[in-house]
Amino acid sequence: MTAAISLRDVRKTFGDFTALKAVSFDIADNEFFTLLGPSGCGKTTLLRLIAGFEGTTGGTIHLYGQEIEGLPPDRRPVNTVFQNYALFPHMTVQENIAFGLQMLKWPRADIAARVAEMVAMVRLGDFVHRKPAQMSGGQQQRVALARAMAPRPKVLLLDEPLSALDLKLRQEMRSELKRLQRETGITFIFVTHDQEEALSMSDRIAVMSAGEVQQIGRPSEIYEHPANRFVADFIGETNLIDATVEAVEGQIVTCRLPDGETVHALANRAASKGQSGTLSIRPERLTITRDPPPGESLKGVLGASTYLGTDTHYEVRLGPNLSLTARMQNAEDAALRLDEGDPVHVSIVAGAARFLVT
Amino acid sequence: MTFDVRRYRGFFGLTMLCLFILYVPLLVVMVYSFNDSRSITNWEGVSLRWYVDVFTGPESEKFKQAAWNSLTIALSAAIVSTTIATAAAIGMVRGGAFRGKSATFALISLPIMVPEIVTAVATLIFFSTIAFPLGTLSILVAHIVFCIPFAYLPISARLQGIEASYEEAAQDLYAGRWATFRHVLFPIMGPGIMSGFLLAFIISLDDFIITNFVKGAGVETLPTAIFGSVKQGIQPNIMALSTLLLLFSIALVTLSYFIGKRGEALQPDRGD
Amino acid sequence: MAAGTGSGRTVSATFRPIRGWLLLPSWAIIGFFMVIPVLLMLVYSFLTKEFRGGVIWEPTLAAYDQFLFDRGLFGDEPPTIEWAYITIFIRSILQATGATLLCLLIGFPTAFFIATRPAHTRAIWLFLITIPYWVNLLIRTVSVRFLIRDNGPLNDFLLALGLVDQPLGLINTNFAVQLGLFYSYLPFMVLPIYAAVERYNFAFSEAASDLYAPKWTILRRIVIPVVKPGIIAGCILVFVPSLGAFLAPDLLGGAKTYMIGSLIEEQFKGNAGNWPFGAAASMILLSMVLVVLLFYARGQSREGA
Repeated sequence: MTAAISLRDVRKTFGDFTALKAVSFDIADNEFFTLLGPSGCGKTTLLRLIAGFEGTTGGTIHLYGQEIEGLPPDRRPVNTVFQNYALFPHMTVQENIAFGLQMLKWPRADIAARVAEMVAMVRLGDFVHRKPAQMSGGQQQRVALARAMAPRPKVLLLDEPLSALDLKLRQEMRSELKRLQRETGITFIFVTHDQEEALSMSDRIAVMSAGEVQQIGRPSEIYEHPANRFVADFIGETNLIDATVEAVEGQIVTCRLPDGETVHALANRAASKGQSGTLSIRPERLTITRDPPPGESLKGVLGASTYLGTDTHYEVRLGPNLSLTARMQNAEDAALRLDEGDPVHVSIVAGAARFLVT
Repeated sequence: MTFDVRRYRGFFGLTMLCLFILYVPLLVVMVYSFNDSRSITNWEGVSLRWYVDVFTGPESEKFKQAAWNSLTIALSAAIVSTTIATAAAIGMVRGGAFRGKSATFALISLPIMVPEIVTAVATLIFFSTIAFPLGTLSILVAHIVFCIPFAYLPISARLQGIEASYEEAAQDLYAGRWATFRHVLFPIMGPGIMSGFLLAFIISLDDFIITNFVKGAGVETLPTAIFGSVKQGIQPNIMALSTLLLLFSIALVTLSYFIGKRGEALQPDRGD
Repeated sequence: MAAGTGSGRTVSATFRPIRGWLLLPSWAIIGFFMVIPVLLMLVYSFLTKEFRGGVIWEPTLAAYDQFLFDRGLFGDEPPTIEWAYITIFIRSILQATGATLLCLLIGFPTAFFIATRPAHTRAIWLFLITIPYWVNLLIRTVSVRFLIRDNGPLNDFLLALGLVDQPLGLINTNFAVQLGLFYSYLPFMVLPIYAAVERYNFAFSEAASDLYAPKWTILRRIVIPVVKPGIIAGCILVFVPSLGAFLAPDLLGGAKTYMIGSLIEEQFKGNAGNWPFGAAASMILLSMVLVVLLFYARGQSREGA
């Protein structure tokens, strides 16, 4: 099956600034694909290149096997949901949704039918004659979606569409977007800097930084098996510790921590003895006990703790150069009553430590 | 009394003085235009005779012709200069950075910067050198040139407040360049274009100095006709004519003010 | 790229490619009908005059020479400094300076007062200030002339009250011209100062007041320095058109109150009909204006840096 979008060595520079350096990957048909990264990582630039608002500096972009570089935005069968929605302020909801269809010269009756269908899909029946300024942010968001989906684009591009909404609405819209994508079967390319958004909605995520793709994978892959230190750090919380390889057994390495302790970890790629890298352990995969648990554990002293409702964050000092953060659920029958300064043992859930070769 | 750093003693008084100075001469002319007296100095009761005189008196033909010239020239000059200024504003604001951008801005503002009398002299010399006949057409050309910056300023100010994403959205929805302008950018820019147009119209209607230089013999606009009459001494019919012109200008400014207000209300996602 | 309601970008891929075509009409029209004419005017100022208007295409410095030197009726006497035209220029500068100061004196408090009104009444005050600006300058000047002439309403009023026993004789004086200029360009002073004071953060004044500064000291030491760009812009907007004004000196003044504008006009419309001399006087006026604008631009860029 042909990829929906196929990028090969796509580069983009603005004067001296390199926004994208040779990006290559495919996005499959019917996929909910997310471009995730911090501000300035090139994710929005990539989206704008696909939409046609900017031209590439080099490389090729194919849409279902067809080269689209050089085509202006009005000749590309992709549509965009803009960050600020860009709803035409002088047109009603209905006119906004019909605009693309009118430009495509659809017959009048078909336009009316399609607009009605879209209005029903995003549940805006009562608002068709309103102007954008008379609607709430969430309603404007739905109009923007309906407008972009009305012409049946082959790919829908969404540029941080939820960033202007408040938290509650944002969470509602996540499942709404997911539903729309499933119902319509349109390929979605979603740009965001919010990792929770990315993890909760996407089929696959491309994590980007400094104009490069750091890792592409399913949400669980990205979270459980980060490809490098940047991804481990950017997605979720983690303990990052400099370490060197002591021994190698297949994919499992024994690594030495700064204060001399050793820990077993899964390496992200082939490692050899003496190699240095980073050990990554998620806080929720650490368990704190008063008594030494069976198996591998590290001795330490409890530092500051932060109460977070469902969880508590504990800082554990293992040695002069090393401390870890552990996240423990606040069980109702908290047997564990810990105070700052208590001696404790920290154990890592089996198979949860990752060694990232530098 | 509370201490307020925004209040200064006497500033209110000076503001009233300022308004008094600005309005008293106009009000006096308005009042005396209703004077039922042949000599303007003595007050002899209220009458509309001088308004009747403007339309039927011995000078009425001259005034009618001058008013017709003024209106047609102002309308044509405003249409042409607003069109040119709209194109220029889109080129400047939407064009990004380019070499010669500040030079282009300086060029567009040139007719405002150069003293009017200098523009008048330069234009007269130019027309006379290329043997361009002086008349309605020469006035129109000169007016178009110096109306461009007046139309440009409000239009470009409006455009600066409109994000480019509207055009991108339109193009993304299969509108070509012209359709994007026609259906999206033009309606959103509308209030700016309208105030630019009205500004250009008033400026052209009011101009005396440049018109006086390039009009040639026999062609008069209202300001040059009024000036010619005033040179013979201020007659009561001039006061009536001035009052009419004054009310016309005020009506236009009021119109432009309310269009501007409506334009602000149309601005979608700014300022909140 | 930052989160928020919008990017604020105004550069568009839609119209950037045809930027040159969009700007072409302005370049062509202003270039052809404004830049070339001004250059031609420069050339004319070095040509020989033709009686009854026009020029003979023979280069000469006669126009500038006539401006500065008196060589007698037949041009054969030893040159002495010709004060007549220099006096007119100096008078113009003094009149324009006076009008600027007068406008500032009334305009600043007015602008400050309007800018500190509540938002809903501010627009109305501003509207009241702008209306006279839109009324035909000729009509406004004529109305001043009507008001202050010897048997006009002002003198009638003063005589009736017994404040004077004969008309003041205001018309055709330098004072009348000054009044006319002040009246013509007052709104130009108010608007830019208003814009600056409106943006002024009154927390500065409160901070100064908190630090024991009396009110008028706050105005002098804090408000005026902060809104200075608006004040300078207002001064330029009054000074430049006052310098080249024609209507006020022509309708309110007389032979003894001549300004540059009248001098120039006379060369083209009146009986003197010396085009090269008129072109030279225009060039000198234009140079003076350019110098003022240049100083302004330099101050602006220094302020920005």
